[in-house]
Amino acid sequence: MRYKLVDPEPFRLGEFKQKIDETHGIHPDDRYLKPGRIPHIWCPGCGLGIVLSAFIKGMDSMEVAIDNCAVVSGIGCTGRVAGYLNMDTYHTTHGRAIPFATGLKLAKPEMEVVVFSGDGDLFAIGGNHLIHAARRNMDLTVICVNNFNYGMTGGQAGPTTHIAAKTVTTPYGNCEYPFNLTHLAYASGAVYVARWTSFHARYLIESVKKCFAKKGFKFIEVLTPCPTGYGRPNRLGSGLDQMKVYRDNSEIRNDINPMEAESGLNGPIIVGEFVDREKPTFFERYTEGVLAKASAG
Amino acid sequence: MKFWRLPLDAEEQIIPVGRLFIIADRCKGCNFCIEFCPNKVLEASPDFNRKGYHPPVMKPNHECNNCGLCEVICPEFAIYSTVEEKRRFTEVDLVRYEEMSSGEGKGEQE
Amino acid sequence: MSKSRDVLTGEHFLNGDEASAEGAIAAGCRFFAGYPITPATEIAERMAKRLPAVSGVYIQMEDEIASMAAVLGASWGGTKSMTATSGPGFSLMMENIGLGMMMETPCVVVNIMRGGPSTGLPTLVGQGDVMQARWGSHGDYGVIALTPSSPQEAFDMTIEAFGLSEKYRLPVIVLSDELIGHMYERVVIPEKKFLPRIRRRKPRKAPGEHLPFQGGEDLVPPMACAGEGYRLHVTGLTHDEMGYPVITASAQERLVRRLCDKIRRHAGDIIRIEEEATEDAEVIVVAYGCASRTARESVHMARREGMRAGLLRLLTVWPFPDGRIRELAARGVKGFVVPEVNYGQIAGEVERCAAGRDVLMVGLMGGAVHTPDLILEAIKEMV
Ligand SMILES: Cc1ncc(C[n+]2csc(CCOP(=O)(O)OP(=O)(O)O)c2C)c(N)n1
Ligand code: SF4
Ligand code: SF4
Ligand code: SF4
Repeated sequence: MRYKLVDPEPFRLGEFKQKIDETHGIHPDDRYLKPGRIPHIWCPGCGLGIVLSAFIKGMDSMEVAIDNCAVVSGIGCTGRVAGYLNMDTYHTTHGRAIPFATGLKLAKPEMEVVVFSGDGDLFAIGGNHLIHAARRNMDLTVICVNNFNYGMTGGQAGPTTHIAAKTVTTPYGNCEYPFNLTHLAYASGAVYVARWTSFHARYLIESVKKCFAKKGFKFIEVLTPCPTGYGRPNRLGSGLDQMKVYRDNSEIRNDINPMEAESGLNGPIIVGEFVDREKPTFFERYTEGVLAKASAG
Repeated sequence: MKFWRLPLDAEEQIIPVGRLFIIADRCKGCNFCIEFCPNKVLEASPDFNRKGYHPPVMKPNHECNNCGLCEVICPEFAIYSTVEEKRRFTEVDLVRYEEMSSGEGKGEQE
Repeated sequence: MSKSRDVLTGEHFLNGDEASAEGAIAAGCRFFAGYPITPATEIAERMAKRLPAVSGVYIQMEDEIASMAAVLGASWGGTKSMTATSGPGFSLMMENIGLGMMMETPCVVVNIMRGGPSTGLPTLVGQGDVMQARWGSHGDYGVIALTPSSPQEAFDMTIEAFGLSEKYRLPVIVLSDELIGHMYERVVIPEKKFLPRIRRRKPRKAPGEHLPFQGGEDLVPPMACAGEGYRLHVTGLTHDEMGYPVITASAQERLVRRLCDKIRRHAGDIIRIEEEATEDAEVIVVAYGCASRTARESVHMARREGMRAGLLRLLTVWPFPDGRIRELAARGVKGFVVPEVNYGQIAGEVERCAAGRDVLMVGLMGGAVHTPDLILEAIKEMV
């Protein structure tokens, strides 16, 4: 066989560097953002940027060394978070961020490993991984951005879509029951479980800080507006309208049993820090229960 | 909380005065900062930025108190504030706080 | 014998699975994630016992998808890592094997082939995953797959697989089979100082200067791992030399061609074949893994009966030794006999290179290996 191939355009490092010069370093958070990657791809009114910003603020106030933190994402609009953070970031396959992060954490136990992904990614295709990582009490912080639909692929229904909600794949209204993510995380063994909305940015920062200070499987659900995918078919208005609903309908109930923490489409939204408990992590148990015995022969 | 008169310790109350930085071309016009600024000091600029959105601007004769909320709540990393100076609490502030606690301009997370 | 030794120098009586596990540990593997499956379970069991003794991590994941993902994560954490499975699990791993190809992640996947498709023959031999090893994940990429034909080779080739995975930065597949995996034979483990030292190539340039996905002369970029200060973005999306997602035809052209070419261009360095009595042979038997053991016997029988038969044994099925088959075809052999425990996956490759010479596929669908007579008959047919 002979080959006939095209000459692709080369990578232009110069242009790239110029873009960095022009667009980077103009906001205090740029220190945590990958040079040349902002503006991000998210829609106007999307809540994802707030969650990213709150994460940065939490990390900054805990003085977590940037090179001691890795972020792993799955696929989706939320999955793109990894690509914007200026640290070691891994954008894996759909649903597989948690097992990838598990391998990374076990190879580098001294690093903080954070998983950032969407509700579809973490609870539909990746649901099995999530419950097992929680069961093992793997030392990971999982931040799940719940926009009640599959944003990236154009607004299909997912495991969190409210009953009767309209999406492009539930044109007559959704007939499936949604998961209560906090309840599932709690029941699976998570040692820290919180739910906020993107309106509750300051509380979210506090939760992020707690996660950096705590060992074990920590889970934060953040409800965010997705005006493009979920807002439009359900007539929820703009991202701002949705943020106002979060402001007006949310009730902070710390320490409520997550089973009772509702988050209806139009009803009350219960937010708060639902669970904060202590339990040895996988690695602690492995070190004491396995490594110690194996090396003792 | 409602103040019916200037608090007794008002002499000692120091308010920070923020300097606001708006990176107009990063803004996507979501209006989160304008809506949720607890001091209601922002409004949409009549001008368009490069992307075609109206970024926020400071309302004339208003003062940012560097609370930092807009910085967190902006999804685009387009706005932030720093402390410019600190000044004493005055009668004018009292009136403003009264307005706010009566529901007008309800701030974040109440 | 101290339990905490990583290289168990000496003579052992091991099956192929155990030998693979020992090879991995001797190569420096310190992370194993897997999910039980016959006939590969003995690898996991050996790893569960041995890895903690050398301060490594063994974890049983919830499935093979997770196992493969964890292996990639551990590799980015700077640890040599491996998983082992059989057909059904290999199918589940394909998604993240593709991710490993795209992220250029060194690691080793051992597949102890059993009869398929689907659940097939859990306890019996097969060689039906050869094409899956080559093309199983979607898209184009270069592949390296080694095919041991004895427990000793399972040991040696697992070490070699780690070496190749670091050298070319990709998941390398050890494509063994149930027969080899469960066969007990003498395995000699050499002294540590005689084993290759496998090191990860680190960037020389400082963070900020290093282009993490720009191949050098050998098309393989050096690798900075998590926590080393490089702050890389590593993605399964098509990316540019910085590692940033770029969804364009030209970025795809540059990246995917390099992923293929880094293996194609070094095929000569990677390919390993072994020949016996091929110099004057008019019939060449091409075989690998379990089938090559019988094939050798059949060639000996044919020689004894005065037939000029020779054996070309593939130690690597991928990359395929196109060049050598072409040479033999051009030299005027009558043809090639290809016994394999599938319906002609490698026979088709041989035919592609045989320039019109006769190719006789001797296929078994799985559950048993060829008898020497069956292959001998095929040789006779061709002579
Ligand atoms: C295996 C696989 N199946 C399907 C897809 C297509 N896909 C990409 S993103 C996505 C959904 C993401 O939804 P979610 O996790 O809720 O994130 P969001 O985009 O809403 O932030 C899907 C189905 C894929 N990339 N891989
Ligand atoms: S589709 Fe929805 S989740 Fe995705 S960027 Fe747009 S608003 Fe955000
Ligand atoms: S810092 Fe606070 S007071 Fe100042 S503009 Fe922003 S939100 Fe308003
Ligand atoms: S919050 Fe940010 S993006 Fe939204 S209007 Fe204000 S400056 Fe613009």
